[in-house]
Amino acid sequence: MTSVTDPPQGSFRLSMLINDTRYRSYTFQFIALVLLIGFMAYLGINLVSNLAAQGLNISFGFLGDAAGYDINQTVVEYDSQSSHLRAAVVGIINTLIVAFLACVTATIFGVIAGVLRLSNNWVVRKLMAFYVEIFRNIPVLIWIIIIFSIMTVSMPAPRDFRGEDPSASMLFESFAFTNRGVYSPAPVIDGASGWIVIGVFIASIIGIFAYRRYATKKLYDTGQLLPMLWPSVALFFVPVTLVYFILGRPITLDYPSLQGFNFQGGLHLRGSLIALWFALAIYTGAFIAENVRAGILAISKGQTEAAASLGLRPGRIMNLVILPQALRVIIPPLISQYLNITKNSSLAIAVGYMDVTSTLGGITLNQTGRAIECILLLMLFYLTISLLISAVMNVYNNSVKLRER
Amino acid sequence: MSDTHSHSVAFVRTETLPQLPPPASEAGVVKWMRENLFSSVPNSILTLVSLYVIYQLVTGAFPWMANGIWNTNSLAECREILDGATGACFSVLTERWNQLLFGFSYPSEFYWRPGLAFLLLFVAAAPVMFFDLPRKLLLFTAVYPFLAYWLVWGGTIYTPLFALLGIVIGYLVYARFVKDSFAMGFFGGVIAAFIAWFIGGYIVGAIAPAEPFLEAVQSRDMGGFMLNMTLGVVCVSLSLPLGIVLALGRQSDMPIIKWICVIFIEFIRGVPLITLLFVANVVLAYFLPPGTTFDLILRVIIMITMFSAAYIAEVIRGGLAALPKGQYEAADSLGLDYAQAMRLIILPQALKISIPGIVNVAVGLFKDTTLVSVISMFDLVGMIRGPILSSTDWNGVYWELFMAASVLFFVVCYGISQYSQWLERRLATDHR
Repeated sequence: MTSVTDPPQGSFRLSMLINDTRYRSYTFQFIALVLLIGFMAYLGINLVSNLAAQGLNISFGFLGDAAGYDINQTVVEYDSQSSHLRAAVVGIINTLIVAFLACVTATIFGVIAGVLRLSNNWVVRKLMAFYVEIFRNIPVLIWIIIIFSIMTVSMPAPRDFRGEDPSASMLFESFAFTNRGVYSPAPVIDGASGWIVIGVFIASIIGIFAYRRYATKKLYDTGQLLPMLWPSVALFFVPVTLVYFILGRPITLDYPSLQGFNFQGGLHLRGSLIALWFALAIYTGAFIAENVRAGILAISKGQTEAAASLGLRPGRIMNLVILPQALRVIIPPLISQYLNITKNSSLAIAVGYMDVTSTLGGITLNQTGRAIECILLLMLFYLTISLLISAVMNVYNNSVKLRER
Repeated sequence: MSDTHSHSVAFVRTETLPQLPPPASEAGVVKWMRENLFSSVPNSILTLVSLYVIYQLVTGAFPWMANGIWNTNSLAECREILDGATGACFSVLTERWNQLLFGFSYPSEFYWRPGLAFLLLFVAAAPVMFFDLPRKLLLFTAVYPFLAYWLVWGGTIYTPLFALLGIVIGYLVYARFVKDSFAMGFFGGVIAAFIAWFIGGYIVGAIAPAEPFLEAVQSRDMGGFMLNMTLGVVCVSLSLPLGIVLALGRQSDMPIIKWICVIFIEFIRGVPLITLLFVANVVLAYFLPPGTTFDLILRVIIMITMFSAAYIAEVIRGGLAALPKGQYEAADSLGLDYAQAMRLIILPQALKISIPGIVNVAVGLFKDTTLVSVISMFDLVGMIRGPILSSTDWNGVYWELFMAASVLFFVVCYGISQYSQWLERRLATDHR
């Protein structure tokens, strides 16, 4: 018996490298490694000789040079004399802004559409199915361009708001939808007292969470049910309102107004930002709707029935039994949809929104001609974001993993 | 007793009453509406809001569509005919239809060639998609890529012929050696195919006629929806085998191979497709031997294939991971080696589980082919934004053009996803 299972002793033959399973994996890995190194070397040699032929080199020194172009949406200080590096940073911030806005909006659209698709109302169900199918099956680039066209072609020009009988008017006297973008009131924070109001607001939100935690703990420990809703609402409104008026209304709104040929003041959201934001939100919202629907459907009906037989009310069944379990299914695909939004925001280049692809991978690349360096940095940025989001997702997945057996 | 009763008591019925219809509120349309549309106050509000939305959509779109004008030569003429009324100017579609489909520089006398290739695509795809069709049709599917290449790009028929020949030779060598060991057969086949292509390249160069039967078309002349279709079909079909290899590599016990696959997949999945297209457009040339000129379409195909292969690999990895461990152990206990176990036991099941995911990737990829318009290729979106909207005749016809593009994409993508749902039901072997 042993003679069958024991490996033949001693004699190592060369053919065993390919025929013997003990050595074969080493052979394969060696071949793969050699091929990979050879391929890399081939690319490297080509790169070096190509660069030499064109008199170029790989250097990131250009990042310190003056960029020489303007960016129409800047959060940090930037002018055309700033460096390429600073232009890239402005682009990164713009990418993060539009990605964040689109993520929030897409979640809202997606959750509403996903829940309504399961509604027992036939008209609503079909309408939501229509929304999901239409938006999922048409490329996001087309949506971006369509919304951009709406923003630039169909909206009235600023001069239409002028005169005795203007053909366009501002919404609530504060929002102006023009073909140069949307103008909305902007909050103006007046010195330290303004920040105190904001601080109080944040503190009261933290207070709400602390109170709810305390109430839950009290419920579990003693069975005494404290009121939840009204204290939360009061905490949300009362302190901040008091402080706001005591400190003499330090936060005011700056309304946009028509001056000359354009609107001045307020917050100016460009058509490109809005097109990108809403196209990404509406498109990804359709995907999120499907994730939400799948997550809710994944919870077996027995859970609802079990909760009902324990005597929970329908609202509590949803909050305490269905949602916590459904979220476990919904959140991983939701996070990868956020990742998709961030990556798809690179389509900004199609409508001229100055995100990192348009600055670093667009104008900087064209001006300096340093294609390899620019695209390397661009890929590095997106790679970092994706790896960060994946890491967050792994942490979450581990924390909610069902611990069975 | 009962007899006397029924005869003697006059007011007892002798026959059953005819059934009455149910109350109006408990039957038919009314009941359906009460249950489905107006079951509660919030539900009724939702219904009314939805109906209002639908009404707005229909009344907004209907006059525009119904008043559409199909036979003018420019937007100005459309506006003249409409004379201020609401109406679409669909004549841009009739006038520029060929450009939308084939791009602006594909020779118009050759339009039948990509058209024929498109029709034959259905014939070639049918045996793959529907299992009930005779298996002999798969032979045509095998020949189709070469035939389609010849039809679309033209040129001498010897190029695709020798490419096909190389694959046939490779397969013969594989079939000869695979009995000894899969690895020998596989590598032997690959090497034989490459040798055949190498020799074939010289032979084609020598015997290619100066005036080929189908005139060659430069690939930079391709455009329109044809370009989207070409990129989509080619990249999906190329990335499927590559994705399987990557997925198997990622599941492999060999650390070096595993890590090569992991890094490749995670890198590709971590960057947007646009950056990869930039690589194809401006960077890839630096990594090729000096003096080689590489078609832009070919470079784009390489990058998109890598892109979708990484995603397909992850889908298939999910399928592999979802198989119970018993399947792997069963294959081992039958004495199958790795290649046999994968080919006969693991992959058929894993691929079946992965079909919905693969179809999702395919649909996503097909939609993403529109991104090539960003690197100034004239696909459907590129045609609309470039030559058509900037022409003096059609400057300003946004909605008609984008609606046409949307409809084209919707039909294809919705069709594929419906097929995938049908296939899922068809392949479901479990009983529930």
